Amino acid sequence: MNALNVVLLVVFPYVAVIVCVFGVAYRYRRRGFSVSSLSSQFLERRQLFWGSVPFHVGILVVLFVHALAILFPGVVVTWARDPVRLLVLEVTEYVFGMSVLVGLGFLIFRRLANPRIRAVTSGMDIAVQLVLLTQVALGLWIALDFRWGYTWFAAVLAPYLWSLVQLSPETAAVFALPVTIKLHIIGAFTLVFLVPFTRLVHFVVAPLHYLVRPYQQVIWNWDRKAIRDPNTPWSRTRPVNN
Amino acid sequence: MSATSPKDVRSQIAMVFHLDKCIGCHTCSIACKNIWTDRKGAEYMWWNNVETKPGTGYPGKWENQDIYRGGWEVTADGVRLKGAGKPKSLTNIFHSPHLPVIDDYYEPFTYKYLDLIESAAGDDQPTARPISMITGQPMDIKMGPNWDDDLSGSPDYARQDPNLERLSPGEREAMFQLERMAFFYLPRICNHCLNPACVASCPSGAIYKRGEDGIVLINQDVCRGWRMCVTACPYKKTYYNWSTGKSEKCILCYPRIESGQAPACMHSCVGRIRYLGVMLYDAAQIEAVASAPEAEVVQRQMDMLLDPFDPAVIAAAQANGVADSTIDAAQKSPVYKFVKQWHLALPLHPEFRTLPMLFYVPPLLPVMATVSQVDRGEQSRQINPVGKHWPDTWLYDTTTKELFGTIDDARFPLEYMARLFSAGDSAAIAGCLKKLMAVRLHRRRETVGDVAADTVATALADTGLTPQLAEAIYYLTSLAKFDDRFVIPAAHREQATELLEFTGDVRGATGFGFKAGSAKRGA
Ligand code: SF4
Ligand code: SF4
Repeated sequence: MNALNVVLLVVFPYVAVIVCVFGVAYRYRRRGFSVSSLSSQFLERRQLFWGSVPFHVGILVVLFVHALAILFPGVVVTWARDPVRLLVLEVTEYVFGMSVLVGLGFLIFRRLANPRIRAVTSGMDIAVQLVLLTQVALGLWIALDFRWGYTWFAAVLAPYLWSLVQLSPETAAVFALPVTIKLHIIGAFTLVFLVPFTRLVHFVVAPLHYLVRPYQQVIWNWDRKAIRDPNTPWSRTRPVNN
Repeated sequence: MSATSPKDVRSQIAMVFHLDKCIGCHTCSIACKNIWTDRKGAEYMWWNNVETKPGTGYPGKWENQDIYRGGWEVTADGVRLKGAGKPKSLTNIFHSPHLPVIDDYYEPFTYKYLDLIESAAGDDQPTARPISMITGQPMDIKMGPNWDDDLSGSPDYARQDPNLERLSPGEREAMFQLERMAFFYLPRICNHCLNPACVASCPSGAIYKRGEDGIVLINQDVCRGWRMCVTACPYKKTYYNWSTGKSEKCILCYPRIESGQAPACMHSCVGRIRYLGVMLYDAAQIEAVASAPEAEVVQRQMDMLLDPFDPAVIAAAQANGVADSTIDAAQKSPVYKFVKQWHLALPLHPEFRTLPMLFYVPPLLPVMATVSQVDRGEQSRQINPVGKHWPDTWLYDTTTKELFGTIDDARFPLEYMARLFSAGDSAAIAGCLKKLMAVRLHRRRETVGDVAADTVATALADTGLTPQLAEAIYYLTSLAKFDDRFVIPAAHREQATELLEFTGDVRGATGFGFKAGSAKRGA
């Protein structure tokens, strides 16, 4: 039992993160063509709205709150000491969690029911959706069954994750957690593991730099002024998109 | 034309399509399809398509930006994208509200030809059922890329043409009266705009304009399928590949251009309606021109195109790194002649403000005849009863005396043409058409001789043409050879390679063209 715990809660997280980092780097640099959101809106528009929007908005909020709790456990606990605040936090998280679940449900239904979408569905797409579904369902179940997660999350989970980061895993508390929570942790690292092999990779290339770039883009294949100047060394007229 | 001296001179490969010459044969579309889009996910794409006007086009009603939200609009704080941009390209990323779906184009199909051969013997002739190229399932074909060709299905298509909006109901009805019915073809490719909405909308920054020749391309390795360009391009000339999850568009056959060949659609054009050449323009003016009041957009765009013979322009171009051969090509450019010297060609829907660099010579479609009712009884009686004759009483009379009267009274209301080519300025259209008419009269006198000399002289004078100019227009319109129609700057073979590769990298390589893994011994 302990060996299994070690494999799944200590070894697997490391494997998942390493695979994710190197896999994404490789795919981005060498297989750039395969990095896409693979949007299927072009084939089906209406159902997608009811799936994609609640799912994405929900998951962004949920992940954001998770990230806060992991990065600043102390702050979150202190802030949420007031029961009203804690309630607000839990309810918000739960509502957005439900929105993820409903959206995902729509998306899975659409993927299976619409023949056009089935035509652009790969096995990995289904796999990702099933893992996500399990993960979200577990999360919602945990939120109900082990309420006031922000206290134990800060006391048990955040230190565990930080200990992993610091390469000196502290596992006693985590190994003692109920199996649903353990599955949720394993699910999370499964998703991390899957990023380089699936369409999940699209969130890595979320185009936030759009906000700071000028609208128009012109690319010169060489420095157009230098190339007319016979005194410029060739190394400085290197094509810029090469 | 350098009232103010140009600041940032760049060169652009520009085009002219002469609509009077298009016969609607779709050869151009097929040439393009064979080379570029005969692939999974791209079956529905026609980087080059030919539409019948009036008609709704491809994708349906693409000109109606209330539906598709393409192009730019002018607001209090300048010009901005209508359906995309900052922050819309990001906030709409999970679901893009104005993105067309494949049914707005058509569901690509093929036929189960094998059934013709492999069906079991039976009482009925086997048929090849249409099947969807997306799902592979049998389907009912509801649309094709040119479903409304030659005004077929007019009630559903031609009458829905968004450009008819400004016409009075009377004018519209007149257009669709059987004996007035007319149409023309509008071949369309990407306009390789100076202010491309597709580039501006792309959140990934995958779309760019090439500095050297102005061709607009999508980097397939950087595109992430956020599909904002499809919404943003008002001409719907970027297409989403539903299989690869990347957007694609006309590349103006850049590999051919780089090696001095005309793009495939232009090379194969049966009507020889297409011209391609270099235009020099002042890039510093782009934003100002794009935000000009609607009535001025066309004129301002014409003004930013520079005279390649002007020494100041030449000097500025050279200083900006434009090759001498490119400047030379700009001086010989057929596009320059049509657009700037003769003022015969106009951009399609300039009100979208992308500053398109594909110009159209509007079709003259002259009323060359009148129709009247006569009694053909005597004639019919004389014809052998077996002989074929039209039993109707209409007379198609080609003896018209009018000079320009027919232009204001053209089969297409000028207003309609103005919606297409001049942001509503009918005078600009009338100007083009009158010139075309004057050239025709001039040539008619030369060849047939039944037009009086003073009639021709008046016509030419009215439109500011001389016989020499009329001859030049006639030559480039009707007789021009391949090399007159396509003036592509010297290929710069030495640099053409560098458009794709940096030659310094392969110096000292094995000589097999590999860059990676070459043994540079002792280096
Ligand atoms: S026509 Fe459309 S796709 Fe082509 S450059 Fe202009 S905006 Fe971009
Ligand atoms: S090939 Fe030329 S003539 Fe034929 S449809 Fe195309 S543009 Fe028109």
